[in-house]
Amino acid sequence: MDWLNAGVQGVLLGGQYALLACGLSLIFGVMRIVNLAHGVLAVLAAYLSLFLVQQGLPLWLAVVVVVPVFAALGYAVQRGLFNPALAQVRARGAGGDSRGGGSRGAGELAPLLVSFGVAVALTSLLQEVFSADTRRIPTGDLASAGVPLGPLSVGLLPLITLVVAVAVIAGVQLFLARTPTGRAMRAVADDPGAAALTGVDPRHMYAVATAVAFATLALAGVFVGMSTQFSPGYGDLVLLFAFEAVIIGGLGSLWGTLAGGVVLGVAQTIGAQIDPQSGVLAGHLVFLAVLVVRPGGLLPRSVPA
Amino acid sequence: MVRNGRSLNVRAAVAWASTAALAGALTGCGDVGGGSVGGGGGDDDVLKIGFVSTETGSSAPFGEANTYVIESMEQWFAEHPVTVDGAELSVEIVVKDSQSDSARAGEVAAELINSDGVDLVLTSSTPDITNPVSEQCEANSVPCISTVAPWQPFAIRDGDQPADLKYSYHAFWGLEDVSAVYADMWGQVENNGKAAGLFPNDPDGQAWSANFPALTEDTGVTIDDPGLYPNGTQDFSAQLSAFEGHDILVGVPIPPDFTTFWQQAGQQGYQPKVATIGKALLFPSSVEALGNAGDGLTSEVWWHPTAPFTSSLTGQTAQELADQYETDTGKQWTQPLGFAEALFEITVAAVQEAGSTDPDAITGALSTLEVSTVVGDIAWGADDSVPPYVAKTPLVGGQWRLDEGADEGTHPYELVVVSNTLAPEIPTGGEVEPLR
Repeated sequence: MDWLNAGVQGVLLGGQYALLACGLSLIFGVMRIVNLAHGVLAVLAAYLSLFLVQQGLPLWLAVVVVVPVFAALGYAVQRGLFNPALAQVRARGAGGDSRGGGSRGAGELAPLLVSFGVAVALTSLLQEVFSADTRRIPTGDLASAGVPLGPLSVGLLPLITLVVAVAVIAGVQLFLARTPTGRAMRAVADDPGAAALTGVDPRHMYAVATAVAFATLALAGVFVGMSTQFSPGYGDLVLLFAFEAVIIGGLGSLWGTLAGGVVLGVAQTIGAQIDPQSGVLAGHLVFLAVLVVRPGGLLPRSVPA
Repeated sequence: MVRNGRSLNVRAAVAWASTAALAGALTGCGDVGGGSVGGGGGDDDVLKIGFVSTETGSSAPFGEANTYVIESMEQWFAEHPVTVDGAELSVEIVVKDSQSDSARAGEVAAELINSDGVDLVLTSSTPDITNPVSEQCEANSVPCISTVAPWQPFAIRDGDQPADLKYSYHAFWGLEDVSAVYADMWGQVENNGKAAGLFPNDPDGQAWSANFPALTEDTGVTIDDPGLYPNGTQDFSAQLSAFEGHDILVGVPIPPDFTTFWQQAGQQGYQPKVATIGKALLFPSSVEALGNAGDGLTSEVWWHPTAPFTSSLTGQTAQELADQYETDTGKQWTQPLGFAEALFEITVAAVQEAGSTDPDAITGALSTLEVSTVVGDIAWGADDSVPPYVAKTPLVGGQWRLDEGADEGTHPYELVVVSNTLAPEIPTGGEVEPLR
């Protein structure tokens, strides 16, 4: 029974990881950027929602405000910061090809370094504004409510988180597969040059992708803020688990990210069941094993870009 | 659990009460012996006090009260110069922020001594900060008065014997007190004598898990420790299944982990009768972050407004000091408030006793100083069970009570004293109520 419980709790935990990882996966899938500011941005979303709730807004309304605000922020960050960095990669890349790849390395790192800068600056800024106190988004009794599931008792909030994670990932997947914007986005992801020839503006498409990613990460941040206490430095842990979920699932694949989150969650809870000291370690080991045995992840993109 | 010897446990205890998951190595660091050895100096008619605080970083909640007390003390001293041997000394306070980092704490202490030429150094909040500051003071022969760190991790730095300190004087309680308080609180609730230990794999968790089971065994409580978990654990279902049937919960988790644990305990139906948590529940903000689930949790209490103590400087009672803080800042009182005030009380008493700002005269005065402060009677050299440079302060136990009818803008949680066996002079406000 303990083992079954550990497994079920692991799947629920995986829902949270998958929700967190969705935006990271999308940004990587479309433009090959590892957004190191992902974690601290989620924490920022949590602070923003908390602030709105403290102003007297109900939580659902705070979410309705924060998610579009983050989408707009994502668009702006992409146009203002990531696109110039990406342009540097392309320029160096092209120049590097003709000259035999001399100065290519530094240019490829540009978006990564920009996101690192954002992460560091934002963490300090959060500390300045909100102090180092730990906070939590108040949820009344929701956070500790349990629902019976056969012989087990599972948390209502983790259950909602899992449902939201699946819905968000399915939604983004549908958006990519079925809408004209989604198709354009996939085209840009596969070959920005060719896509541009057909009249699609890659810079705009990248910004739309980042806007969607930021919207999902804002939602994830709110769920993190409800389920645990956060402080300005909490983003590091968020980034770590989200990154592992993306890698385990397969880079650039959204359903893979969901699977990766669940695998990571189950690895942690089963690991902890074996030995309470090794829960987090077990998750890291699975991550490492996937990197070694199946570097593409469990469900890699079928058509590599 | 097998643990390798006492020295590890004591070293592990060093970071007790620190909320820093990434606490740096405990080093004095910096320019030991550099600059003007002997410190002090400056004008004879000025008493220059250095204060190493924790205004930012993970221990920032500890430093909030320091900042407030330093400001109000500056005002107080501006109007009330210290009279020493008939001469009036004006008082200057120089504050440096350690940023909750032990290496930086040592550096700023050295700056205070060598660049600012302070006559003595005050410090507070966790062994990570007090110890490197004290080491700088020892190296430069400048008096250091410290508090808000249990005396064992302050005194026992290498090996298992208390360090030989000449210029450092410390006022606080010890691990033997906190375990006695916990045991008394558990005794007030009918329980099956089985306690579940929620100990993280950090210095605090190592120290508690190694020392606590032996300390509480006499009282008939067995602590079961399923193993140390890493900080940042997101799922506690393994612990929760092991804790089934334990009426008592004890632990020193960092606040985010306790929230995660306590929430999952609710979700999965683990309900102890009494839960006593160190570290995560010191500050009202941490308890408020739990929502309604913070009601009835217990913790150690080192200072409480209802204690019958009075400031030897301002004449304010503990209650008046707490009220003043709440009026001036709009925030609920916190425990470090009284201790920050007491540091200045001790300083003035010591300088008056010494009759000058000479470092050796001050340390001489400190070694036998007795002063009644807003945190209780402090006396050095009076208790043989602790090193001569340690003065013990009273410790009681408290329970957080939720006032569900609290008006908007008031504080939803109140800390009620429920155990005073170690310090009967501090009145209790009730008995431990079992968790609902």
